[in-house]
Order: sequence, then C-alpha cells, then structure tokens
Amino acid sequence: MLDNALRFLSLADANVRFVLLGSLLIGATGGMLGSFAVLRRRSLLGDALAHAALPGVALAYLATGSKSLPVLLFGATVAGVLGVLLIQFITQYTRVKADSAIGIVLSVFFGIGIVLLTHIQRAGGGNQSGLDKFLFGQAASMVGDDLRVMTVLTAVIIVAVLALYKEFKALIFDAGFLSTLGFSARKVDAMLMGLIVLTVMVGLQAVGVVLIAAMLITPAVAARFWSERLGTMVVISTAFGGVSGVVGTFVSSLAPRIPTGPVMVLVATLFFVVSALCAPRRGMLARWRRHRHNAERERRHHFLRAFIELSNKESRNTLPASSLAVELGWKVSRVERLGHKLARQGYARRSDGEWYLTDAGVEEGIFIVKSHRLWEHYLYYRSILDADHVDRPADEVEHLLTPEIIADLEQILAEERGIDPDEVVNIHGTLSHYRRGGRE
Amino acid sequence: MELDSAFWIILTGSLASASCALLGTFLVLRKMSLLGDALSHAVLPGIAIAFLLSDSRAIFPMFVGAALCGLLTTLLIEAFHRKWNVQEDASIGIVFTALFALGVVLVTAYAGQVDLDQECVLYGEIAYTPWDTLIWNGVDVGPRPVWILGVVFILNILFVCTLYKELKIASFDSAMAMAVGVNATLIHYLLMGMVSLTTVAAFESVGAILVVAMFIVPGASAYLWSDRLVTILCLAVLFGVLSAWVGYWIAGIWDSSIAGAIVTVAGAIFLLSLLFSPNQGVIARLWQRAALSVQVAQDHMLLALVRRFEVDETHRSSREELLQAASVSHLVSRLALRSLEKSRLVVHDSQGWALAAGGKQEALRLLRNHRLWETYLSGLGLPENRVHGPADAVEHFIGRQLAAELGAEVDQSMDPQGKRIPLSDDKG
Repeated sequence: MLDNALRFLSLADANVRFVLLGSLLIGATGGMLGSFAVLRRRSLLGDALAHAALPGVALAYLATGSKSLPVLLFGATVAGVLGVLLIQFITQYTRVKADSAIGIVLSVFFGIGIVLLTHIQRAGGGNQSGLDKFLFGQAASMVGDDLRVMTVLTAVIIVAVLALYKEFKALIFDAGFLSTLGFSARKVDAMLMGLIVLTVMVGLQAVGVVLIAAMLITPAVAARFWSERLGTMVVISTAFGGVSGVVGTFVSSLAPRIPTGPVMVLVATLFFVVSALCAPRRGMLARWRRHRHNAERERRHHFLRAFIELSNKESRNTLPASSLAVELGWKVSRVERLGHKLARQGYARRSDGEWYLTDAGVEEGIFIVKSHRLWEHYLYYRSILDADHVDRPADEVEHLLTPEIIADLEQILAEERGIDPDEVVNIHGTLSHYRRGGRE
Repeated sequence: MELDSAFWIILTGSLASASCALLGTFLVLRKMSLLGDALSHAVLPGIAIAFLLSDSRAIFPMFVGAALCGLLTTLLIEAFHRKWNVQEDASIGIVFTALFALGVVLVTAYAGQVDLDQECVLYGEIAYTPWDTLIWNGVDVGPRPVWILGVVFILNILFVCTLYKELKIASFDSAMAMAVGVNATLIHYLLMGMVSLTTVAAFESVGAILVVAMFIVPGASAYLWSDRLVTILCLAVLFGVLSAWVGYWIAGIWDSSIAGAIVTVAGAIFLLSLLFSPNQGVIARLWQRAALSVQVAQDHMLLALVRRFEVDETHRSSREELLQAASVSHLVSRLALRSLEKSRLVVHDSQGWALAAGGKQEALRLLRNHRLWETYLSGLGLPENRVHGPADAVEHFIGRQLAAELGAEVDQSMDPQGKRIPLSDDKG
C-alpha cells in the first residue's frame, strides 16, 4: 500500500499523471456545472441523465464493436438526451409528476442497460470488461486517448460557461428578466442542459453512471454554504470538485479493488459535511454560536431589566438574589449563576451577599428598560394591542431594538403623545419613572 | 428441475415486484418517488455492515441494519432540507449517493468476507434463488427468498388493508387528514418503514435497480389507467407480476440479467400505458385533438356555405373555396369535407357544393351561435371590429343551454355588423 502511495505521489508514472489530471478535470467540471444545475433546481436530472446513458454505451458497443471512448460517449449522449426528453414529454403530456418521471426513466433505462451489458458479457465471454467500468467508474483505466477526449470536452464546457455566464446567471435568478433582455429563456436553458450532458459524459468513465450525480450536486451544495455570490460559489464548487476527484483517485489507488467513483463521492460528501458545519455564516457551528450568543444576551437583558425595575420599586441599589429570583420567576441558584457570569463580564458585582450593577450594567439595563417601555407605549398608542397585552411582545422585542429604532420611537411618541424621552413611564402605572443612572 | 427452478425464480420476481408495486403506488401518488429511489440505494451500507458484523446471511440483522439506514436516510434528507436549507432534491441526491457510495466501498473492501459484490448490489442474483433453499427441521421447504418475500408481501397487504383509509386520505389531502385526526407524519414514517423493509427483502434477490423500478414504474403505469385507488393498486400489482413473468421469459430467450429484463418489461408496460391508456394516453389525446380539428374545419365550411346562401340562395361554392374556408391544413380540411359529404350535410353537383337540408339546419345553428356571441361581446364593450375573432373560436362550443341564455341576454334581431341572427328554430 505504501509503495502504491509513493508511486502515486511521485507522479513518476505517466499513467498516474493521466489519471490524476483526468480526475481533476472530472471533479472540477462537475463542481462548476453543478453550481448552475443545483441553483436551477435540476439536481436530480443529472442522475437520470447518467443512468439513461448506460444503454447508449452498450448499444454503441454492440453496433460498432469498438470500445473507444468517443464512440461509447456518443452512444451515451444520445441515450442520455433521449432520457431527458422523455422525462419532459412524460411530465408535459400526462399526469405523472416530475419525480415519478425521473424515477421511471432512470430505472428503466438502467434496466435496459443492464440487460444489454449482461448479454454482451455472456455472449462475448468476458468482452464486457471494458464496459462494466461505466457502472462504478474506473479512473485507473484511463489512458492518454481518453484523456484527450476529456480535455477537449472540458475545454468546450469551460469556454461555454465563461461565454454564457451572464445568461446563466439571469436564467437562474430571474428568467423573466432574461427574456426582457431579448434572450430566449428556453434556449439558454437548453444550452445549460447541453453542458450538463457534456459534464456527465466527461465523468462517466471514471465515476460511473450510478454516482456521477453526486459530483454535480454535492460540491455545489457544499460551496453554497460559503458564499452568497454566484461567481464565488462556482469557483469554490469547482475547487471542491477538483480536490474530491484527486483525493478520491488517490485513495482508491491504494487498494486494488476499490472503485474510484464511490471514493470520490465520499470525499465530496466530506466537503459537504465540513462546509455545513464550519462555513462562517451559514454553517451549523456559526448558526449555533449566533443562537447561543442571542440566548445569552437575552438572559442578561432579563437580569438587568429586572434589577433596574426592582431597585426603582424598592429604592435600593443592592438587591439579594432571592428577591431578583422572585421578580424574574427563576430559581435562586440560577440567578446566582447568571450573576457570577455577569460579574465576570463586568456588568454586576456582589458584596455582602447582595448584588449591585456596575456603570456598564446600569447603562445597558436602562437602555433595555427604555426599549421595553417604548415598545409597550408604541403598541398601545398605535392601538395595536391593549395595555394588558403589551408586556409579552415587548419582552420579545426589547433585545432587538437598535439605538436608531429607539430614537425613532422616541420621536414618534414625543410628537404624538408628548412623552418625555428621558423619563419613559411604565405603561401599567404601577411604577413611577425610572431614575437615570439608578445608583445614586 | 428446469421447470421447477423457473417456477421459483418467477415466484420470487413476482413477489418482489408485487410487494414493491403495492407500496410504490403510494410513493407515486404522494410525489415521493425519489425518496423511494433514495431509500432503495441507501439501505446498502446497512446491509453490508450487518453482513460484516453478523458474518452470515441471516435475515434479521440485515433487516435491522437496513431499517436503521432507511430511517437515517429519511431523517437526514429532512434535516438537510429543513434545518440546513438545502433544496429537497439536492438533499436527496447528497444523502443517497453518499450512503450508496459508502455501501459500495464496504462491499468491495470486504469482498472476501461479504457474500455480495458490485454486480449483485445492482442487479441481484435472482437466478440462484432455487439453490438458496431453506432447511426447516431437516426438510427442504423451498427457496429462502421466496419465504422472506412471501412474508413481506403479506405484511404489505396487511399494512395497506388496515391503514387503507388513512393512507388514502394522507396521500390525497394531508391537510384534510390532519383535520380528521389522522396523523400524517406517523403514516409517512410507517410507509417509509415498510418501504425499507420491502427494499431489504427484495434487494438480495433482485438488486437495487429492480427495487427502484418496481417501486415507481408499475404504480405510475397504473395511475395512467384509472382514477380509483383500489383499481390503481390492483393494476400496479398486476403489472408487477406480469413484468416478472415476461421478464423471465425474455431473459431466457436473449441470454441476459433477469432483473434487468423484468425492469425492461415494466418500462415497456409503462410505454404502452403512456401510448394507449384511454383517457391519459398520448394516442387518445392526439385522436381527440384530431377529431376536434376536423370538427372545427367542418363547422367553418358549413358557415362559409351558409353565409353565401344568405346572399344568394342558388350559389354554389367550389371545392377549393370550401377547403380554403376551413383555414386549417389541407389534409384536415379534406377529411372534414369528406365527412360532411358522408353525413349528408352538404351535396354537390356539376356546378359546385351547397348545403343539404340537414346541413342548413346545423349551419344556421352555428351562425346563430357565432352572431349571438358577437352581440354579447359587443354588449360588453368590445369594439365591433374585434368581435369576429373570438366568436370564430367559441362558436363550436356553445351548447343549447348557453345559446338559450345568450339569447335571453342580448337583442336577438341584429348582430353588431347589422346582420340578422338566425332564430333557434330556423330551418332555413
């Protein structure tokens, strides 16, 4: 195994270089076109296309007796396109829905392909060996001629994508806009489909018909986590695909029997999982961190507001945890825990068994109290809710109001209701004004 | 022995197809075909791991492994779609390809220990069914797959029969299902569970491809023939069994994979349904369309004749004039003219063509429809030079009832161009 790895990594063997370049091309084109396919909501069409290509491969061989890649890929293309047209025909002319139509074409064409393959195998006595690599892919069997075919196809795809980038972008995000620009959305769509067909054909030999769909879908979806811009997404997706191709080929070269396609797919899936977890804004961890941050801020706000309301009511600057616990409806231990946490963050202090707020704590607390009360007033005076019902919505919103919104609210309420922005009264009338800088 | 083995293979294929078809119909109806597709690919690692751990072909560990994988697939697809904002079909694509790839790698990496290989994964080993016998108390009671699939088939029938109403209502109207207290989510997961179970049972003998095809294709074919769920289910099972029989026969004649041949036959049945189904079929629809265009061409010819007749009762039209008046393709208008002549609505002599008595009546009815509609439209405020086109399109479809209502609505004496509207009992 180590020998294999070294032989592979040294790139001394020309064959290894072919294989490596080939899988790089496959992964990269798959990733590139996949971005468009996924955003155009055509994810599984590639799957159907690839499965449908199998009988084409077998028929091309039966008809010509040749196993050269261009011949087989020609057959594959014809069958694949036929399959896609059939899907469109079925969805358009019968009540069978798109998902069933895809499933039907995919499985039936594949079934026909299997019939042909097994027949070739049994009739020709092992002659099928060159064809069954199309099932799961065999990157190691690529030779110079194959690579030339793939390079040409890849070049065509890249040039076409660069030339049609703007049109594809418009097609994906606003097909109506595309038509107003004087392009036919149907034609652009057909060109995109054509490129997807070519991409599938490029990968067919190395990844196989069963799993090539993943090379279109998985890197693209992984890239989507990293960017909101199409251009960036296409670049990232291309990179993910290319790396999956190379790493997959490398891993499968370590052991003789492991087929390339599945390993490539697994590497791409790894990219997907890592992206979904770690991407900076859309990733799970970032979202989780954001969520935790919000929850923490919310708890802090509740603590500070309760403190200020209570210290106004009782006219004290220090409060025991027990009375805060009553005000908040929490357990004493929870109040103590949060208090210690806030003490670490510099919002509160503890002395003689009682809590008091630092300047920072008072400032933020007053801001929250004000947010809460302003929102209550706003809901009430704009007749959105009764006075009895404004507390809870204000509880939810108080954390989210920014200083700009507060300023607007103050202005609205001052103009409409003559409320003094510096001293916003509790709407329920149970409490008097809050005192600014409540510690004196 | 030859006949015997054929019998067992066909029985296995039929049971697998019928089980899949029964559940698959619901997948098709619920627009979840691709979930079925995904599930039947994704159980592979479960089966492979169970093989490796239990070191046997015992069915129970395989069921557990596959069921867990099936559940995992459903949950992952849901989670990616709902929590991670991945499109549903992309989510399906990612999950099943990843799991299937994992399965293939496991199968190939441990090929020595696992009694499975890549080909078997794809197209099963139904041909070896007769030799995989089950020994019960030392007695040979027939092939193991037949027993397994038989039990699964019965379970599926029980499942569908007991939950028939719930499945039906949850498939066609999940909101309604909620309203009457059917737990649609529970039904969904039960169905997915049964699909996983069936997949495992069928997988070993017929492979992933047959499973996918048999879930979707017979159900979709049956869906083209009927609107009643019971009929669709029966037809789907029938199509499944038929595919197994004919498929076995074809695979024998044209030496090839039996599972692949079964799928091919199922595809052929779908194609035939697509073409020949009486309501949904392509041919029926084309026929309806052709019949309609002939009808429209006939109407236009009659109208042309009756308009001439209004001006000059002795007028004879030439054949070319009439074909022109139909304003459709030459072939259709010739067909229409022949049909008019056959039904004795028009007559012709050496001078040309004219309306027969019956044709006159029909033509006046059409003319009345046409002018009534023009009058009605102009009453709605459409300028009079714009009313002819719409009336031309609609005149063929105005029935007795609508004509009477229109007559009551508008001034019946004149159309917007000042021409007389024929009366409803006008015989010319």
